[in-house]
Parts: sequence; structure tokens; C-alpha cells
Amino acid sequence: MVKENEVLHIAELADIGISSAELGKFTEQFNAILEYFDILDTLEASGPLMRPLVNVFREDEVTPSISQEDALRNSHNPEDGYVRAPRVI
Amino acid sequence: MTDIYNAYINTAEVKGSGSGILSGVRVSIKDNISTKDIETTCASKILKGYIPPYDAHVITRLKAEGAIIAGKTNMDEFGMGSTTENSAFGPTLNPRDVTRVPGGSSGGSAAAVAGGLVSMALGSDTGGSVRCPAAWCGVVGLKPSYGRVSRFGLIAYANSFEQIGPMTTNVRDAAKLFSVIAGHDPKDSTSVNKPYDGNVVPEISGKTIGIPKEYFGEGVDAGVSGEVRKAIGKLEELGANIVDVSLPSMKYALPAYYVTCTCEASSNLGRFDGVRFGPEPEMNLPWHDAYTKVREAGFGGEVRRRILLGTFALSAGYYGKYYVKAQHAKQLIAKDFAAALQTCDMLAGPTMPNIAPKIGELTADPLQMYQADILTVPVNIAGIPAISVPCGTAHKMPVGLQLMGRMFGEETILNAALAYEEAV
Repeated sequence: MVKENEVLHIAELADIGISSAELGKFTEQFNAILEYFDILDTLEASGPLMRPLVNVFREDEVTPSISQEDALRNSHNPEDGYVRAPRVI
Repeated sequence: MTDIYNAYINTAEVKGSGSGILSGVRVSIKDNISTKDIETTCASKILKGYIPPYDAHVITRLKAEGAIIAGKTNMDEFGMGSTTENSAFGPTLNPRDVTRVPGGSSGGSAAAVAGGLVSMALGSDTGGSVRCPAAWCGVVGLKPSYGRVSRFGLIAYANSFEQIGPMTTNVRDAAKLFSVIAGHDPKDSTSVNKPYDGNVVPEISGKTIGIPKEYFGEGVDAGVSGEVRKAIGKLEELGANIVDVSLPSMKYALPAYYVTCTCEASSNLGRFDGVRFGPEPEMNLPWHDAYTKVREAGFGGEVRRRILLGTFALSAGYYGKYYVKAQHAKQLIAKDFAAALQTCDMLAGPTMPNIAPKIGELTADPLQMYQADILTVPVNIAGIPAISVPCGTAHKMPVGLQLMGRMFGEETILNAALAYEEAV
């Protein structure tokens, strides 16, 4: 069983926010879903995980791309060609 | 035409400069596919006002063939849902019965086609999001093989599963639209070079169709399975060989799907913090607090639930129990399908276990909503193509016949679907 304080901790890790009004219900639903996932734990590892894939590489050549102006078009008050973000400390 | 089904988020009409097999044809686009200069929101408040600076590869292809981009269709927020009720723009209604949901997550595209607003639309299918609404609204929907259609410009939710696919009134149109969007695109590293020539012909005689018993098990409505069995009988009449097969690992499919898609979502949706697009964060707050405020207000309940589940399943101590086991399950399921499709040309079963539920019927319990996807997610896990074709009605609502093909075997299932469509 996952407890309310664990759900709060996960919400903090994910920067998702969760109000005290929602917490009880989210925790209840969370546990019901995890219980449903439990059947996976009965599975024995079926040997190494294989993916029939090959790496896709290309030459490191400059090709047309979107402009700096376009890339910033949806941001708020960009400055000197940079986006603005909240303070980190 | 008024949008009485709330099929659209934005009804812009933009004509491409090219001309070709879609000249003058209006095609509606699910709102998670980027359209240059047309707002693209994924039905989320967190992308309100976002104007993509570029077109998705499929849009570039549509414009080159002369199509008119006819509006952006409603969906479950970021594709997370099976009813098109998880939208910041309100639910879409099912044109066949407006008290019922159209299915999801590409419900707006399905309703636009079923309601006669357009004859063609694009949806995206992560765990059934093209086929589910196609079945519930009575239209044709194709989920291509993973890699056959470029995902460049498709706003990612669970990128190891999703493909863009056509939703149309009939199989010929599905083949035509698929021929326009399939093919190699260097901008998507999972794209393969397998174009489709669009030459669909009614062909079923001599083909072997496997019927997985798991597709007719517990939880499948008797009315639905009855209609699908009748359709399979029709295919047999047309000369197909019908054989019983089994997919024993299917019991792991739904948990493996939901573990993997929530894990991928928790990473993919990390980019929505308001800095480069979306609502402006409060610049004077510490960054975790600022982003938390933006995301709590911008994401709906189901999106936040899936981000939480994915973050949890990837966290220390749980990664081996959930994510790694889900990948083993994925491998087993893919092997089951490969084995069945070695002897069979295709598999057949219902697309959805039930008819379209009433509005509000599935929203209270997320787990019940997830369980509606039981017959569609295995295909996304295996990466193979599948088509949903209308096959009669149960309880006065449309039923979908699902034909599942070999990897890159779209031709075979499109031809079989056309043979069925022309015979009924």
C-alpha cells in the first residue's frame, strides 16, 4: 500500500502539485491501479531484453532548421535571444 | 456547418500550396499534431495559445497533395483517455447517439467523420486511440505498424507505442490517406522506408484468419461478440480459412501498457513548465514552486495521475518491479503475436469489448476506463498494424471488427477490410 505521504513525495518529484482535497482520492486510485499492475511481478524474466533495432546515424552536416525567432515565438518576454525562467536559487 | 458534437477545438481552414490526390479534400487533424501557424493544444490548458512554428511531417505530406487542413479536433488531454471527456474544451458527443461518448482519445476526429463534417481525418493511436473511437462512432480507423508513419511533429505522450493513422468513412479513403502519410522521414529516427502505393483491392479468398480466444473472453459484451462472429462468418463465406489461435501472454498486456505509457509520459511531459510555451510561470518564485503552480493549474486530473504513476514506477526500488517487468511482458506479447501470425495472414476480433458508454459512465473510476482498452493495447505493444471496420450494431450502437496484421502488413488488412466492406 502506498501512503498519502508517499504520493505527496512523488508529486513533489514530478513538480505536479496536489491539493489536500485531492490527496485522499488520488492515493486510493493510485493503490487500486498498482494492485492491478501486480500481475507483472509474477512474470519471470524471459531472458535478456532484445530489440531488433539498429542505430540510425547521419553525417554531422548542418541542415536548415527553425530560426531562433521562431523558436522563441511562444515564450514570454524573451531577452537577447534567450528564454526567461524562474530563479533557481 | 455548426459543430453540434463539439468535435473541434479550432475550426481554421488552411489550404496547402500543392496539388495531388487530395486536391480540395478537407481533412481534420487531431489537436496533438503540430500545424504551422494554427494553435495546437493537445486539449490542454497548458498549451493554450501555443502556435507551432513548423508542420508535422504528415501535415507537410497532406499539403503537398493539395489537402485543406479543416480544423483541429478535440481529444482526451495529451491522448490520455478512451472517451474524449478528459478535454479542457469539454466532451465530444457521439454523432450516433449524443448521450454517449465517441470514444477516445481521437474522439473529435471520429465524430467529425461520423457526423459528416469531413470525409477524412487524422488521429493518433497509442493504445487504441484511433480504433476505439472509429469502432464506437461507426467509421474506419487504421493504426499503422510502428515506424511506418513519421511521428515528427506529433506531440509525444508514449512515443514507443504511438502512430498517426487515418480515420475515414470507408476503406478506400483510409487506404488513400494512408498512402499519403506513410513513408520515410529522416526527422524521425524510428521511421522506416516502407511507403504504401494506395492500390487497395478486395482480397480475402485463401487467406488464413486467426481468431484469438482471448478476444472473446470475459468482459466482452455478448451483443458485440455476436456481431463480430457474424462478420468473421462473412469473411469465411468470401473464402477465408478461419482457425483458432491463442495469445497466452495477453493477461499481461494492459498492466504492461499502462506501466510503460505512464513512465514515458512522466518523462515526455516534463517539458511543459511554461518557459518555452504555455502559461507564464511566476518568475520571482523558486523554480520548483513556479513550475508546480503552472503544472497543477495547466494539467487535468488524468494527466497528473499518469505523470504520478510513471514517476513512481520509475523511482528507486520500484523500477525493477514495474518498468523492467513491463518490458519483459512486452517481449512475450510480441512473441505471441509473431507466432500466431506465422501461420495466419491476420487475426480478427472485436475492436472494443463494449459499445460506446454514456457520457460520465467511465470517468469516476480510472481503472475501469483503462480496462476498456484491453483489446486494442496488445497491438501497440507488438507494434503491428490493425484496422477497425464497422460491422453492424449491438444495442443500436456501432460495433467494430478489428483486423490485425503482420508487421508492415497493412496491405493485407486493408484488402481484407475492403472485401468485407464491399460484401455487406
